[in-house]
Amino acid sequence: MSGHQAFVAALFDADLPHPAGLSTWNGSDPAARFAVYRNNVIVSLVDALADTYPVTQELVGEAFFRAMARLYIGEAPPHSRVLAFYGASFPDFIEQFPPAASVPYLADVARLEMLRVEAYHAADTSALSAEVIAQALANADSLPQQLITFHPSLRLLQSRYAVVSLWAAHQGITEISTIDPVIAESALVVRPHLDVEIIHLNHGAGDFVSQLTHRKTLGEALEHSSEIQPDFDLAGILGLLIQSQAIVSMNIKE
Amino acid sequence: MSTPHLPVSPHCGAPSHDSTLPTRAGVGLKPEHFRQIVETRPDIGFFEIHAENYMVDGGPFHHYLTRIREQYPLSIHGVGLSIGGETPLDLKHLDQLAHLIDRYAPESFSEHLAWASHGDVFLNDLLPVPYTAQTLQRVCDHIDQVQTHLKRTMLLENPATYIEFAASTMAETEFINEVLRRTGCGLLLDVNNVYVSCTNHHRDPHDYIRALPSSAVGEIHLAGFAREQDANGDPLLIDSHGSPIAQAVWQLYAYSLELVGPVATLIERDNDIPRFNVLHAEAQQAELLMREHTSLEQVA
Repeated sequence: MSGHQAFVAALFDADLPHPAGLSTWNGSDPAARFAVYRNNVIVSLVDALADTYPVTQELVGEAFFRAMARLYIGEAPPHSRVLAFYGASFPDFIEQFPPAASVPYLADVARLEMLRVEAYHAADTSALSAEVIAQALANADSLPQQLITFHPSLRLLQSRYAVVSLWAAHQGITEISTIDPVIAESALVVRPHLDVEIIHLNHGAGDFVSQLTHRKTLGEALEHSSEIQPDFDLAGILGLLIQSQAIVSMNIKE
Repeated sequence: MSTPHLPVSPHCGAPSHDSTLPTRAGVGLKPEHFRQIVETRPDIGFFEIHAENYMVDGGPFHHYLTRIREQYPLSIHGVGLSIGGETPLDLKHLDQLAHLIDRYAPESFSEHLAWASHGDVFLNDLLPVPYTAQTLQRVCDHIDQVQTHLKRTMLLENPATYIEFAASTMAETEFINEVLRRTGCGLLLDVNNVYVSCTNHHRDPHDYIRALPSSAVGEIHLAGFAREQDANGDPLLIDSHGSPIAQAVWQLYAYSLELVGPVATLIERDNDIPRFNVLHAEAQQAELLMREHTSLEQVA
């Protein structure tokens, strides 16, 4: 084992002794001093997760969150020097973490929070103007063949839980006592300019956006979503996508 | 505030990386302060960013940095290159760094005498290096590689450390002198790190600063530390960047200015970020000391 390999192993495992070869001016036990590094590494990574997942932390409390985060860090230390997206697999960890099983929606709330960070840092592009989109939609013959390209920040989360309502309650937007967490909600996440918007979509609208992100044409997506939700509102979701400046281009499928 | 009576480098017009940071105080740029800086344009000598925070595709970080860079000199400070690492530099990361430097053309780029990654694991801390002939060669090779790749010289920051290595065969200042001599890089003198490390290892911080080449100093860092104890009850200072600059560090800064002369000085705060005005006041304090502790011939 190389010097740094042993050092790293001891950083992540407090049960291991400190690496060999450390010295102190006063002959004091180097363990107390090595613990500073151990603490710096772990606490800074826990803090990074807490920055990304504030609502997740509020839902379970700081002590539970930080203990869970420490276990995750031991299993999945960062592999990138860019910490903005560290913890992308944390929601999957939460889903499989038995002590969190009593909060079944926790993993999906965490997923929504990571999508929010992704949207925040995504590439910038101008949206297509409402006029251009209206022109493209006005041609009834080509309409079913239209392919929509979304803003690079657009993300979709289709959840079995009321993720958008739960998230909104923790922003002080809605009253938490009014939320039934087991009502399925989809979240549309998009950042047209500086602010990330999280928009609630019903089941059909969520399915429609999902179809479009998988490069299905408007006609194909409409057919699919109408089967899933008989009262699917095409004009409603298109209006919402235009209003949220989520569409950056439209092309007719060859 | 009034304009400081210092030789202030002009920073109007198109920024170029041939220029250097002004001999003024700067502040670490924090997202909490983006709006205030853009809206009120405070009289600050320069801003410094952590490179890795801006290695993202778009969004508010680039939006605000672009606007702030148009108005102020900029220092890019890396925390992830792992120059003291045993494993090769991450070339993808080096490319991202080169891209960021191309985009923002900072007046200065700096990194640490430390390691922060091993293989593909990133540790998000600045870890200590033993001072031996072997590590000297490795650090110099890495700095050569960085300077060649970036086509510019960098500043190397002296570390804050909590332990030493039995294997070390030279003093930290001896090691740094040799790195500067062999690679031609400059020195980022972190005065807080000097105070922290010298306290932790029972050395005289004035001797430490005198042992470094004052002419190589391209920037000074000032920050706050936290106070703990080691297993014997002796003081163990932690480079926490989470509190105001301590009086002892201001005094050591004044001492450094007598040797180095006026030089770009950064107020660093990365934890418990206060209101911008609190950091601005520390920057003004640094500029006051720059005026007071600089001999006339240095200004001339």
